[in-house]
Amino acid sequence: MSALTEAVGTGRSLIGTRRTPAGGNALSQADAPKPAWRLAVRAFSRDRMAVVSLVVLVVVALAAIFAPLLTSYSPVAGDPVNRLAGVGTDGHFLGLDGQGRDIWTRLLYGGRNSLLVAVIPVLVVFPLALMIGLFAGFRRSRAGEVTMRVLDVLFAFPLVLLAIALSAVLGAGLGNVMLAIGVTLVPYMARVAYTATVQESSKDYVEAARAYGANPLLLMFRELMPNVVVQLLVYATTLCGLMIVVASGLSFLGVGVIPPTPDWGIMTADGKNVLLEGIYHVATIPGLLILVVSLAFSLVGDGVRDALDPRKQTS
Amino acid sequence: MTRVIGSRLFSTALVLFGVSLVVFLLLQLVPGDPAVTILGSGATAGAVAELRSELGLDRALPIQFFDYLGGLLRGDLGRSLTVNAPVTDIMVPRFVNTMILTGAALLLCIVVAVPLGVIAAHKQYSLFDRMSMVISMAGASVPVYWFGLLLIGVFAITLGWLPTSGMYDPRFPGGVGDLLAHLVLPAIAAALVPLAVIARMTRSVMIDILAQDYIRTLRASGLSTSSVLWRHALRNALPPIVNITGLQVGYLLGGVVFVEVVFGWPGLGQQLYTSITQRDIPVVQAGVLFIALAFVIINLVADMAVGLLDPRTRRAVGV
Repeated sequence: MSALTEAVGTGRSLIGTRRTPAGGNALSQADAPKPAWRLAVRAFSRDRMAVVSLVVLVVVALAAIFAPLLTSYSPVAGDPVNRLAGVGTDGHFLGLDGQGRDIWTRLLYGGRNSLLVAVIPVLVVFPLALMIGLFAGFRRSRAGEVTMRVLDVLFAFPLVLLAIALSAVLGAGLGNVMLAIGVTLVPYMARVAYTATVQESSKDYVEAARAYGANPLLLMFRELMPNVVVQLLVYATTLCGLMIVVASGLSFLGVGVIPPTPDWGIMTADGKNVLLEGIYHVATIPGLLILVVSLAFSLVGDGVRDALDPRKQTS
Repeated sequence: MTRVIGSRLFSTALVLFGVSLVVFLLLQLVPGDPAVTILGSGATAGAVAELRSELGLDRALPIQFFDYLGGLLRGDLGRSLTVNAPVTDIMVPRFVNTMILTGAALLLCIVVAVPLGVIAAHKQYSLFDRMSMVISMAGASVPVYWFGLLLIGVFAITLGWLPTSGMYDPRFPGGVGDLLAHLVLPAIAAALVPLAVIARMTRSVMIDILAQDYIRTLRASGLSTSSVLWRHALRNALPPIVNITGLQVGYLLGGVVFVEVVFGWPGLGQQLYTSITQRDIPVVQAGVLFIALAFVIINLVADMAVGLLDPRTRRAVGV
């Protein structure tokens, strides 16, 4: 929820505004203003934390995609003899879980589910939220406003709780979890798109286009939308990080991905049972990965936000 | 002020109406016929029809909703499908336990996060500032259930300082000391994420305030740093901090569900977990309703507190 308030931030128009280079240094000597996206990419590439985080995400995604190339074990079949063998065991450098399954292998294959469950709902809800926000915020259409007020009610439910309740009634399974998370996200993403739209609508370039007699729909889609998309994108990136935690939490509670399908949340839950016997590696490793990936998403989100902020991309 | 509070209460009532509608509709999403679920798949069509009319399932949806709403107002949340008891009787004591845990975690959040943010803002870019902000950045991404397991592993199993789970010692129950010992770890686990977010927010609000002219004037007129920081600057930072804290309670209440499962704390979250496994939907509904209710009311209180703290917003609170 804090990400929500942070992401809305101050309105900024990136595309469709001419920018005069700030400062008088060598780089900005050229008279022609650089395209906004190139300034943003440059600013992002200077943000070391964000770049490292992006690399982490790419590596994790590739590892999940090419899981079969990186391990020779099966993610579901175990080796009962070596069950619970610790980190550094021969051939199993991250150890084995309670059913003798290789933890490294399960992390790789589990990444597929854990990442998909978190990212796909955000991607699917993105255009929907964008349209709700644009129509409610710019056109001030009654249907749009009513939709926003109805969505406001959903803010009365803590995000995680709504996701838990929805997946509880829909039943576990990959598709149902994505549906539950997607529905939960609609009010949050629509609110960000709506706030961004309202902020952009009051800016001079919109006023000018209106006064000039521009077709409102064209104005909305061609001038306004790119600026709203950018702001929603920043929020969506941060949200992906939060959803990694939420989605694996649903699996942890048993309302998410169904075992024995590997998933980082399920792996943590598996570790819960052996923790009381003093065996820690089964629970700690997947949780640590959830933390790292979630943090990486937030840092990339912060990096994108800062890179798009004209006040921070000077020099 | 009374009018403002009145209109705020009215909008809260509207939200609560919406909340109960959403919770009611959750039941409609459940695949299959509840009567069949209760009686089992081998039940005769006649028995199912009889139970359907007994439960009111054969009536129009709006009428069912107003029945449900009337029940809510009388404190009747239906009967559990697994335990032969009214849902209210099961949930009220658990609600109290959840509030004990949430209250402790919230207290911990405020007591730690606000001073942390103030000191970080005061010593901006110092080692302390950088360290605490890196930790709180990571803290905001920590999976609550995993952090709870780590705490159990370190402080309950390896060090043996605190109990692993439950609310009271099963052999020698009772006593505030016993409760506190069981409360420490779950409260820390639940507090971590909101604590991190509140600390960051406090820092950024305080940095803005410390850059303002009146702070410089106060300093120039010879007030001690601590007086400027804790009495004057913090006082003006409180309204946004209280607002954010109110919103973070949502995350706290969500996290508490996981914490209760991990620590076996007998609250709403643990009951939700059990009832979800048993597909006892009326209990799930009630759990969701209670938590949403607590969230709405705590935010109402937070809004009122902001109004009291900041005279400028008193008029705006009702909007």
